[in-house]
Amino acid sequence: MNKPIRRVSIFCLVLILALMLRVNWVQGVQASAWANNPHNDRTKYDRYAYPRGNIIAGGQAVTRSDFVNGLRYKYKRSWVDGPMYAPVTGYSSQTYDASQLEKLEDGILSGADSRLFFRNTLDMLTGKPKQGGDVVTTIDPKVQKAGFEGLGDKKGAAVALDPRTGAILGLVSTPSYDPGTFSGGTKDDENAWKALNDDPNKPLLNRALRETYPPGSTFKLVTAATAFENGKYQKPTDATDTPNPYVLPGTSTALRNASATEPCENATVQVAMDYSCNTVFGKMGAELGGDKLRAQAEKFGFNSDQLRIPIAPTPSYFPKDSKPDGTAMDAIGQHDTRATPLQMAMVAAAIANNGSLMEPYLVAQEGSAGNVISTHTEHQLSQAVSPATAQKLQQLMESVVQNGTGTKAKIPGATVGGKTGTAQHGQDNAGLPFAWFVSYAKGQDGKQVAVAVVVEDGDSERNEISGGSLAAPIAKAMMQAALGK
Amino acid sequence: MSTFDVSRGSTPTTGRRRAVGRSATGDAPNRRNTELLMLAFALAIPMLAYANVGLAMDGSLPVGMLKFGLGMAVLALAAHLAVRRFAPYADPLLLPLATLLNGLGVVMIWRLDKAGKLLRLNFPAAGNQLMWSGLGVAMFIGVVILLKDHRILQRYTYISMVVALVLLAAPAFFPSRPEDYGAKIWIRFGSFSIQPGEFAKIILTVFFAGFLMVKKDALALASRKFMGLYLPRGRDLGPIVVVWLLSILILVFETDLGTSFLFFGLFVVMLYVATERTSWIVFGLTMSLGGAAVVASAEPHVKTRINAWLDPMAAFGPKPPSQSSEQIGQTLMSLGSGGTIGTGLGQGRSWLIQFAAKSDFILGSFGEELGLTGLMALFMVYGLVVQRGLRTSLAARDPFGKLLAVGLSSAFALQVFVVAGGVTGLIPLTGMTMPFLAQGGSSVVANWALIAILMKISDTARRPAVEPAAAIPEPAGPGRLPATGPGAPDESRGATS
Repeated sequence: MNKPIRRVSIFCLVLILALMLRVNWVQGVQASAWANNPHNDRTKYDRYAYPRGNIIAGGQAVTRSDFVNGLRYKYKRSWVDGPMYAPVTGYSSQTYDASQLEKLEDGILSGADSRLFFRNTLDMLTGKPKQGGDVVTTIDPKVQKAGFEGLGDKKGAAVALDPRTGAILGLVSTPSYDPGTFSGGTKDDENAWKALNDDPNKPLLNRALRETYPPGSTFKLVTAATAFENGKYQKPTDATDTPNPYVLPGTSTALRNASATEPCENATVQVAMDYSCNTVFGKMGAELGGDKLRAQAEKFGFNSDQLRIPIAPTPSYFPKDSKPDGTAMDAIGQHDTRATPLQMAMVAAAIANNGSLMEPYLVAQEGSAGNVISTHTEHQLSQAVSPATAQKLQQLMESVVQNGTGTKAKIPGATVGGKTGTAQHGQDNAGLPFAWFVSYAKGQDGKQVAVAVVVEDGDSERNEISGGSLAAPIAKAMMQAALGK
Repeated sequence: MSTFDVSRGSTPTTGRRRAVGRSATGDAPNRRNTELLMLAFALAIPMLAYANVGLAMDGSLPVGMLKFGLGMAVLALAAHLAVRRFAPYADPLLLPLATLLNGLGVVMIWRLDKAGKLLRLNFPAAGNQLMWSGLGVAMFIGVVILLKDHRILQRYTYISMVVALVLLAAPAFFPSRPEDYGAKIWIRFGSFSIQPGEFAKIILTVFFAGFLMVKKDALALASRKFMGLYLPRGRDLGPIVVVWLLSILILVFETDLGTSFLFFGLFVVMLYVATERTSWIVFGLTMSLGGAAVVASAEPHVKTRINAWLDPMAAFGPKPPSQSSEQIGQTLMSLGSGGTIGTGLGQGRSWLIQFAAKSDFILGSFGEELGLTGLMALFMVYGLVVQRGLRTSLAARDPFGKLLAVGLSSAFALQVFVVAGGVTGLIPLTGMTMPFLAQGGSSVVANWALIAILMKISDTARRPAVEPAAAIPEPAGPGRLPATGPGAPDESRGATS
């Protein structure tokens, strides 16, 4: 009976071979799919298995890794000045995943990125403890602090850019949160997370990138840019043929200005910008038409969901199919027009940089000092307006700060241009308006900065809110910090 | 490793010369020193693994290192000495292979205990496992000493049948606990429980071997040809139908897919070896597949298992199917996270498997911490055990020994396949344990007994047959006379191939 025994022997070998093939399939071919399966808790634990790399602003780490030595989690994330930097870093929680840079740069921070493989192997061989890589941001701590303290306990957001490079110098959103309060896995962390999510002021919302507001009068910059680019007006001193009040086309609704005494009737573009005349820019927009306005807005970055800084901002919006009366309102930043603070900072930056819009970015470098994995290369997002148009717009904005609604943003020894905005919103515009200030400043040493600040309805009386009084001082503080004044 | 067998098999002259040499000096060469050397490796590897776990988890050598090492060494040495004295010609690899698997199993259970202690998840089990290993080795030594010749077992053919039936039927009368997930495979007395299926495996093989040895000619020759297949006569069919019914009943009343598959597979294999008729395989497979299909469509527990096999991640979904468990999905993620070379002992997170991580799913921990490399090595070790057993079957000179060895080896192989295949998602999961590796006293003790019987058969088969006293009288043809010595396998090989 040896022949059947040999056959049984082969059969048993086939069984063992089948098992071997199966484990090769699971642990070889499918290995990374199983390892990275969303239900595989190991990915969560790995993030804290050894010291996580740090996020760096101005040469200083704004994050830490605390050794807590649990079986599941060896380390816990904590933050230096958590609330101030939360809009930049995001959170990294053992229980609630991660967001923003902590999430998007997780490969570098946790050390799992394949570009760190060589260093990790070297560390292993030389017996050095494993560690994640660092992420160096473009944030200037002084600018960040000026914006954060300027907004204080008001609701709002501020963004500062370097117009020449696109580097984001400040990214502030208030009210903010301390990501350290829920980075662990205890009951306290759970309560903190619940409280933040239930807070009606939405502290977890990154208003600088993820909230769109009606831009109000600050959008008049885009309308003026469209007019110059399309040859409707040649220079700021050209007079406009505008009645006061202006009746919206196809309706009997009269569009008025903030005060009837303002010299808006047939005003020049310059005067209309100084006084922020709704009538002038409403009529200008209606005459230019929605298509031209939208094309110009899109050159500044509106209606695009492609931007990654690397965080993806919510796209700003300029409508497509408004009727002429709607377009008139769109042109003064009301009706359906929506913009993030980042978007309006990009408008100011493009104007300051002679029409060239640089792609905004937050991460200057990945990897620690002496071991740089990647460095950001600046590049132009678009030529938003011609250099000639940019010059005219600069002239308008600088006049606003010298003679118009933006005088509170004046900085001695620097050229400052700005535009205020007071945006109505809510049912029948019943909500407290949003105060905007969009500006740029150029120092004598060639330093530049562009800023957008928005302050939401606070405890102020409705008629007292205005971009010039609430938002402009914050923008000024940030610009001063950036220029080192 | 098999030079001894090969030389004996391929060149009869060498074999004869050796046999002559042996009888002349009375000091026949055996492989006990090889076994001792291999045992040293089989002890060193778990010791290193033990140290590795301690260094990885605590940063220092484990406190119990000396105790563990001495304990394992004493057990292995006792077994070795017993073999040296009572089965000197036995296969030299089986004992070291079993020792290696058992040692690695204890280390992994200890490692999971440590994780469990930190997580406050479950009770420590390594101490118990070590105690059961001691009992297992005692069982091994007992069998090696007391079982003078494996042919004695032939006398107990029908008693074996009764005992096996009782053992198999018993769990159906004991209540199952909720944490058993519906499987009824235990006999419980208070906190003490045994898994009779593990012992029934051996006892049933004894019965099959004894029964088939007597009936094989009737089964092989007296059959009717139908559509090119030789079908058995009705009266010969009886016992086969009984086994078939038994395995179906186990499936229905104890919801134990693995055991019923194992027994039926075992019977088909032994039937085929005894009768040398391929038609029996076709017949057996048809019966088992038919039975399994009927039960699977009717029995919810089996259906659950099959669904869990088809979609292991369903249990993680927002609406997990009832009675589903995360185990298979967790094990697959364990294996995937281990990758090619694994995380290293003590550095994985296979405790995420939670329930039964130390028993049925222990392969997940090995796969995560030792990687694909480690699992391939483990499968190789299991494959070696099986192949040494089958080699013993080839070398055995009596049909009962042949049948018993082929039965025990293929039962072992089928069990490894069913468990490892189930855990890695190759086939639906069934409730059985990985021999030697997994936590479970019954399994360890029964498998040590299995190895002991295989070694006794191989001792008889390889013993240079000089003393007529060694021969148990049996009705046999000239080819099976012990006096023909090493030449006998060659003759039977020539006759059949």
